[in-house]
Amino acid sequence: MSDIVRPYGDTTGDGMVQLSFTLPLAHDKRAEGAALQLAAKMGMDPAMLVHSKQMGDGFTFFVVYGRVNHLVDVSKVEVVERDYPLLSAKEVNTAVKRGLRRKLSVVGACIGTDAHTVGIDAILNVKGIAGEKGLEYYRELKVTNLGAQVTVPELVAAAQRERADAVLVSQVVTQRDAHLHNTREMSAAFREALPADRRPLLVVGGPRFDETMAGELGVDRIFGRGTTPGEVASYLVHALVAA
Amino acid sequence: MAKLDLDPALVARARELARRAGQPVVDLARSHTTVSVERAVLRLAGVTGADPDGIPWVNRLVDAVVDEVGLEHGVALPVFDALAREGLTAADLTLLAQKAAAGSVRFAVPTGKEATAARKLSTRATGAGLRMIDKRRAERDRLVKRFGDPAQRPWIYLIVATGDIYEDIPQAQAAARAGADVIAVIRSTGQSLLDYVPEGPTREGFAGTYATQENFRLMRAALDESSRELRRYVRLTNYASGLCMPEMATLAGLERLDMMLNDSMYGILFRDINPIRTFVDQRFSRQVHARAGIIINTGEDNYLTTADAVDEAHTVTVSQLLNEFFAHEAGLADWQLGLGHAFEINPDVPESFRLELAHALLARELFPDAPLKWMPPTKHMTGDVFRGNLLDGFFNLAGTMTGQGILLVGMMTEAVVTPWLSDRDIALQNVRYVLGAAGGLHEDFVPAPGGFIQQRANQVLASAVTLLEKIEGDTLLKAIADGTFGIMKRPPDRGKGLSGVAAHADDYFNPATSLLESAA
Repeated sequence: MSDIVRPYGDTTGDGMVQLSFTLPLAHDKRAEGAALQLAAKMGMDPAMLVHSKQMGDGFTFFVVYGRVNHLVDVSKVEVVERDYPLLSAKEVNTAVKRGLRRKLSVVGACIGTDAHTVGIDAILNVKGIAGEKGLEYYRELKVTNLGAQVTVPELVAAAQRERADAVLVSQVVTQRDAHLHNTREMSAAFREALPADRRPLLVVGGPRFDETMAGELGVDRIFGRGTTPGEVASYLVHALVAA
Repeated sequence: MAKLDLDPALVARARELARRAGQPVVDLARSHTTVSVERAVLRLAGVTGADPDGIPWVNRLVDAVVDEVGLEHGVALPVFDALAREGLTAADLTLLAQKAAAGSVRFAVPTGKEATAARKLSTRATGAGLRMIDKRRAERDRLVKRFGDPAQRPWIYLIVATGDIYEDIPQAQAAARAGADVIAVIRSTGQSLLDYVPEGPTREGFAGTYATQENFRLMRAALDESSRELRRYVRLTNYASGLCMPEMATLAGLERLDMMLNDSMYGILFRDINPIRTFVDQRFSRQVHARAGIIINTGEDNYLTTADAVDEAHTVTVSQLLNEFFAHEAGLADWQLGLGHAFEINPDVPESFRLELAHALLARELFPDAPLKWMPPTKHMTGDVFRGNLLDGFFNLAGTMTGQGILLVGMMTEAVVTPWLSDRDIALQNVRYVLGAAGGLHEDFVPAPGGFIQQRANQVLASAVTLLEKIEGDTLLKAIADGTFGIMKRPPDRGKGLSGVAAHADDYFNPATSLLESAA
């Protein structure tokens, strides 16, 4: 079979695609022409304007069907693989139950003077973020959310008390690199307080972290902007639960 | 009505159980106060503005009083006593807050003549705030009379939220022109966990726009313009939830918002806010909503986003009954109860639409005079926008067939993007088609006697009664602590905002509560 494919409408190789978009123009002949011009520039030839409708003042919605000439070479597709599989809540729960035979204990906090709990709450609260539930929602995860402005010694004590498998720290404030200092202080404190085999997995997150700096900061994983609870839960399973 | 052949004795029993489960919580709420209740009192008395760091003066003033005399007496007497000693009048309250923040005012709990004087002064000042709320309510009544209510039921409820109030305004006005009857401005993520209300107009938020008094005012003024243009009163919604519930309710009353999200247990379960804090704040906020003529929207839809919508359907009914009890107790009338429920059954379940109809009709029949807030599918919206649009069509159809009062417009791009202009237009077209084609179908829709829908509705009601019996035997606070609702265990001695709760001392005084309860 050939590695070269084209979009499929109703005949092999017809190259047909559908496209919808809005232009900031009132609906008239010129707007329709503008929509066709856009479709042509996107490589649709011929392009059929099948629907156009004005919305409010000065916007028009278009649906265009048409042929594109582009060829897709499947042999040249590159996919960046995540280094752990993304699991559903159910899969996370099952994996923890089977692999750990107890609940996985997670302790989360904002450390230092950082009062921005937006990040840690988005990951931990049942409410979650963008329609995805937080870690509290996972039946097999035991979540302790210490909230904001937690000191490093308090965090270490709580992690020991809760027998934390993982510690999640969120850092939003980055003035004078506070997030980096705080993270180094935190990882050093855990190294001091606990032998390596009993140390919880250390995970930090925040919008200004460089995800490649984990080793330098002494933590196991860094999550950047836009991380979802599901990604964190999947990572915890990957790192902590023997398959 | 009476399409489901519900057993009236069972319905009465469900209500009685909800009352018995809720009463101890009401007693708790009546005997405690919170920092946010006290801040709301000061807002009613006229304290406005914030310090240069953006911390409102009401926070600074309450913190100063609590530092010196504690929270348990209420702040009204210490504050108005200090005001008199400083030779200031009620118009200078904000000045007093500034002085208190600088540490140049001392507070004490007055007794005797001083207490009588402070009681009188504080009652007069908060009374002025309540009269402003009354004025706003009368203004709404006038505008509704002049411009009229929407021609159809359900009212069409649409969400706007860019993070920037000045972007929200033209979007809200465009939505109203396209047919929205109610505009909700979603709050910035995490605002519910802030223990203060931000100040001023705001132009930046996370997935939503901060709720501030100035943002309320700006949006209400813009929608008044739209109401005039469209000859139909366009309502405005925001959120009285989280740690500042009482203050949000107060600001909503002062700025003539028309609806507020206000659930009795949402903050506890989904935001880990301390249960006592929540119930105390909620009672005060509902008393204010009652006074302001605001329709509350409860959050039962949230249960179904975390649990299975078939297995856990009865938890929605239980929560609705509890919300109804708490609302009535706080003085809200049936027309103000936008009790929530949602179209969240997995569409792959056989007969899922008939199950949805049974659940929606059950809510309709249990609460015949409440507007009912009908929430669209979110959990089973997958990114397949074509299927999503079909599902939203069925949601709209169930809404009109079962006579729902407020319909939150579902977006086919749920879980994909925050709605685009075209998404909203397509979604509204969907609603208009269904309401236009089948707007009166609820008249003809009578489920077969003894059939699938009747059986299912009766089954859900019976499960609700069983759960209410368990809660009532266990007490509501313990049920919440044990994880009866959802999977979250929320004990009363934990959770956010606990440090801002105090049991009333014998001399506790709150002029606003006194006025609100004497008027009821």
